[in-house]
Formats: sequence, C-alpha cells, structure tokens
Amino acid sequence: MSRVTKFAARDPGPSARMAGFIIHLRENGLRLGVAEAEIALAALTQVEAIHADDSRRVLRAVCTGCKEDVERFDDLFDSYWMDMGRVKQRVIPTVSSALNDNVHSSRDAKGEEAGASGSATAPDGEGGDAESDGTGKLIATDLRNLNQRDLRDLVRPDEIVAAEEVARRIGAALRDKSSRRRIAACKGDRLHFRKTIRQSLATGGEPLRLLRKRRPDRTRKIVALCDVSGSMTVYAQVFLAFLAGLMRVDNSADAYLFHTRLVRITDVLRDKDAMRAIGRMSLMADGFGGGSKIGPSLMRFADSYAKRFVDGRSVVMILSDGYDTEAPALTGLALEKLRKRGCKIIWLNPLKGWSDYAPVAAGMAAALPHLDAFKSANTLGDLAALEKELATL
Amino acid sequence: MARWVSFHLAATDMTWINLKSRLAEKGYVASDDLAVALQLALSLGRPLLLEGAAGVGKTEIARTLSEVEDTRLIRLQCYEGLDAAQAIYEWNYQRQLLTIRAAAEDGETGKEVEQRIFSRDFLLERPLMAAITQDTPPVLLIDEIDRADEEFEAFLLEILSDFQVSIPELGTIKAVTRPIVILTSNGTRDLSDALRRRCLYTYVDYPDRVTELAILKARCPDIEARLGDQIIGFVQKLREEELEKTPGIAEMLDFAAALMGLGIADLTEEPAVMHATLTTLLKTQSDQAQITREVAGRIAGRAA
Repeated sequence: MSRVTKFAARDPGPSARMAGFIIHLRENGLRLGVAEAEIALAALTQVEAIHADDSRRVLRAVCTGCKEDVERFDDLFDSYWMDMGRVKQRVIPTVSSALNDNVHSSRDAKGEEAGASGSATAPDGEGGDAESDGTGKLIATDLRNLNQRDLRDLVRPDEIVAAEEVARRIGAALRDKSSRRRIAACKGDRLHFRKTIRQSLATGGEPLRLLRKRRPDRTRKIVALCDVSGSMTVYAQVFLAFLAGLMRVDNSADAYLFHTRLVRITDVLRDKDAMRAIGRMSLMADGFGGGSKIGPSLMRFADSYAKRFVDGRSVVMILSDGYDTEAPALTGLALEKLRKRGCKIIWLNPLKGWSDYAPVAAGMAAALPHLDAFKSANTLGDLAALEKELATL
Repeated sequence: MARWVSFHLAATDMTWINLKSRLAEKGYVASDDLAVALQLALSLGRPLLLEGAAGVGKTEIARTLSEVEDTRLIRLQCYEGLDAAQAIYEWNYQRQLLTIRAAAEDGETGKEVEQRIFSRDFLLERPLMAAITQDTPPVLLIDEIDRADEEFEAFLLEILSDFQVSIPELGTIKAVTRPIVILTSNGTRDLSDALRRRCLYTYVDYPDRVTELAILKARCPDIEARLGDQIIGFVQKLREEELEKTPGIAEMLDFAAALMGLGIADLTEEPAVMHATLTTLLKTQSDQAQITREVAGRIAGRAA
C-alpha cells in the first residue's frame, strides 16, 4: 500500500494542496510568506515530482531557512504528504485563531510546542491565579506548586518603569568604539572623498572644504543571565524588574533565567503588557526558588544559545550569588568557553555589597579569573550606579 | 502514488542528477540535497544560501559550479564594516580630481565636467556591481555573509531582489544578466529573516563515510584503497570526539597528502609518525593536547 496521502475527490487541485502544505508548515513555526507556495510549485516542475524523495528535496530547499527548520522538515513533510494513504478531506484548514497572540513580532512562532504557552497568557490581574482558562495546563503543575511562585507578586509595575530608565542608561554606557564602518562626521580621522569631490565642483574643482568621516559608536548587545535559585529569592525582585525593563528599552538585548535549568525568556519579556510578560515568565520559571546549578546552566548556555546570540559585541551579564550545588570547575570552563566568543563578561553579585564579603563560594572563586568586571548590586540604585564603571569597560 | 503527483508537469531529464555528475567530473562530490538545491538555484534564478561548519566545502561548491557552467567566478568576501564602497562601487577620486584640474585649465564649464567625471569611465566596479554587468551570467559568491553587519544585509537585499544598483550621480544600473548567487554562512551571527526568505537554503553537513571516501578518491586518485579507508574511518571517528575545532574536508585532504608524502601505507603501523601528521587535522592547542598518541592509536585501531 502506498504511504502517500490521498486527497478527497472534490479537492481543488495541486496549488491548493501546496498552499495547504505551506499553511501546515507555518502553523508549525516555519517562517514562510505567501510567495513560497508559488516558488514551491515552480520548483517542483524542475524535477520528476513523481519521486517523493526528489519532491522532498525540492521543498526542503524552498521552505526551510535554518538548520533547525531542516531538522524538523522531514517529519512535517511526512505528516502532510505521507499520511499512510489516509484521505485528506480538506487541504486548507479553517483559520485557527489560537496562536495569534504573537503577531507583534516576526520572530515569535519559533516552533515551540503550540498551545503550551498560548492559552496560559490569558490570566491577568494582580491575584495571580488564572481565572479564565481551565485548560488543565495549570492544574497539571499542581504537584510542583510548592516551588512555583507567581513573580507578579514580587515585581511592581512602577519598579519596571524605574528599571527601564536604569537599563537605558546602562545600555548607553556600554558603548562600543570598534565599528569598522565609517560615516560622515564634522570631526573625523579620514577624508570623505565622495563628499569632498562633490563639494569641490562648486569651487571649480578646488577642494577647499575637506569633509571627513569617522567610526561611529556602536551599542553593545546585552545578554543577561539571572539566577533565580533559592538563595537569590530576596534579590529576585530587583533583578527581574531590571530584566523586564532592559527588554523593554533595548530591542537587541537577550535574557535568560536559570536555577537547575536554563530558560530563554527574551520572547516572553517582549510582551507589550509588562505585567503579563512577568506572568508568562513565572510560568516558564517553573522551579523558581529551588536549587541552583550554575555551572551546568552556563555550560548549556555556552554550548547552545551563545553560538547564535553572543559575539564580540556582546556583554554577558550574570546576576548570581555564586552558590552552586554542582562542581565549581564547570563554571570556570563554561566562562572560558564563553570568553572565546569575544564577549565581555560582567558578574553582578548581590552579596558583594556586604562589608566583609569575600568570594569564597567555590563557584565564585572559579569564575573570577574569567570576568571583566565583578560588581555588587542588590538594589536598582546600585545598578544605576554601575553606569560609570561600565563605561570604562 | 500517481494521484499525489497529479500535477506532474513537463518531463525533465533528471537534471539534478546530470548536474551532480558534472560536478563530480570536476572533483566535487555533492550530496543529493545539495545537487537539487543547486539545480533549483540555476533554473529558478534564486540565490542559494549554504550554511554549515567551516571546512565542509561551501566555498568550493561555487568555484566548481563556475567551472561546470564555464563562467566567471566573482567573489565577495564579507567582513565586519564592509560597505557599499567596497562591495558595490566607488568613484575613482584621484582621476576625478585630475580631470577637474585639467578641465579648469582648458576653460571647460562646470556642467560638462560634471557629466564627464560622473560617467561610467570614472566608476570603479566592485564585486556586486561587476556581477550584474557581465555579458554571460557569472557565479557570484558572497562568502561568509554572517561576518558583514546588518546594514550590509540591507544593501544586499536590494540587489538580490531587483538585480539593480542605484547610483545617485548616474541613475539606476540594471542587470544585463542575472548572476548565479551563492551565499555562505558559518552561523557566527543570526541572519535576518528577510534575507533567508529571499534564498533557497541548504544545510551542508560533514559528509558520511561513503561520500567522504568518494571525495578523497576524486582529489587523490592515486591513494591506496586500504589507506583511504583507514583515513576516512579515522577522521570520521575523530569528529565524534569532543573537539574545539572539528576537522573539515580540507583538513582530511591535507592529512591524506601528508601521509602519502611520508610514504605511510598503514595508519596503525607507525603511531609516532601518524601522530606527528595530526597537526594537519587538529588546529588548536587544547585539541592537540587532548588527542595524545595513545588516544590517536586507539581511534585508528577502532577505525581499522
């Protein structure tokens, strides 16, 4: 028996099937536009489309855009075209409204398991408990409810506003002088020939006014990793507000939480509604206030996200007290690996403000040699005061 | 089966297989995925984005393709700070200045001089501009696009979608022929969605054992079959180790050349010499420290 999907007799034709396939891919998080269906059809005429493998290769070249897409493509292809001879009644599904909460960014629908976070964004209000959706997803976490906190109890909206200001100033302080591009400027180190020649025409070819160009300042990209383990609970309020503020003012910043796992919260914090963003974050930070595995979390970061998001222009900011339940050596190795990407690493430790603090926690001691800056911070005021010191980095 | 492909259109003569064998004649062993993507890039006229680790032959494919198509290869190596002046065009300022001077002495008027110094004669063509003004479509290789910054991607988008260049002083220059565009990326930076959408995409992975052996035989035809097997087995096993820099195909070919140069016929026979040749495969100090002579011997033993 053929493995290929059969289509119902009233099926409108190949182009509709292809459109259906594109919609199928889009619903599964591939970033495809309208034009792809047309290109895909045109591309299929270039091979013997009767061979399923050739068609698969063609569609893979057209429809995927990055390595992750390529890895998922085969399954998506099979589930649409190779449905074990089942008859597909309708190639174009009715428009699903489920996931359209994320229209505010082209980056959002990135292949997360659909549904898991979608409906969970519904709850609002300060109370914390979701009043609207009894989808069962929240109930399912009942067992671990002990260590689940609603972060909205910790962070107040006015703090986020204050944190936005702090984050904006820190972002401005972290200027990078190393752009290799040059732009026109009044006082520059090189001549701007193009403009000079153009101007000289007005003076009969005599370049009287010399116009210049220089390297412009570049902003650095901030990557913040915040420890939310048990020992950090009292400081979490400040740091989470800071993260939320940072995300709202800086479009290129990137944020992560870690305790025993590492979670990327960048997309969540970009939510237009600040409190809803914090609410979504608390759902993701399951395990908040539990143990801490700094070394493994940093290692995982260095091995995965850092390869895509950290480069020579990045400043990695680690907000942690350095108390680790795992071997400290791993922290050192992870930071060494991170540094090889050319970034600056700043460690903000809330305990450092204590009068007789010494970095004796083994994890902290292992990290020290790899840091560009090691500062104390446990209030928003402290963070704001960092501005000057970071400018000299 | 037949139902599914009811829209099967013009019968083509399996052109991608044809392309694959023509590439193989020039010594490039392409995977089926890559051959199909290349064929599509050629027939649909869309750019092809190749991603993959360093040393899997992304750049080489463009070079071989230009040989197969018997056309020019125009290469633009990207780097941080690459701008329009180096990628698209630049005016020849020195010549312009001299011409203005000469014109002033001859008493020419401003308008005529302006016409003259902003003409094509005074334009220095850079790779992108050169690529769209060729009589026969060249292969345009935009290498390591991830090294250029986001601003440059914006330039590139204009050129890749319209195949035209706007020069304020001269007007718009339209493409005479459409180049075959190949972009490569090592993934040091995330490329914009807009750029990815304009391109066909293929992820080039390290080749499997059979493919890599075919590559070795294509590049070093006079290698002994047994040594070839051992080399590929060794390199494939080595890639499974936790290395900072995984050896690519170019490294494997260097390794083979080194062994052949030293007249070694069997990898397991002379561990000391074999270990010395590992400098062709391991390119960082910590990798070299990790793969000691014993480890190398063990890998060679397992591979054999």
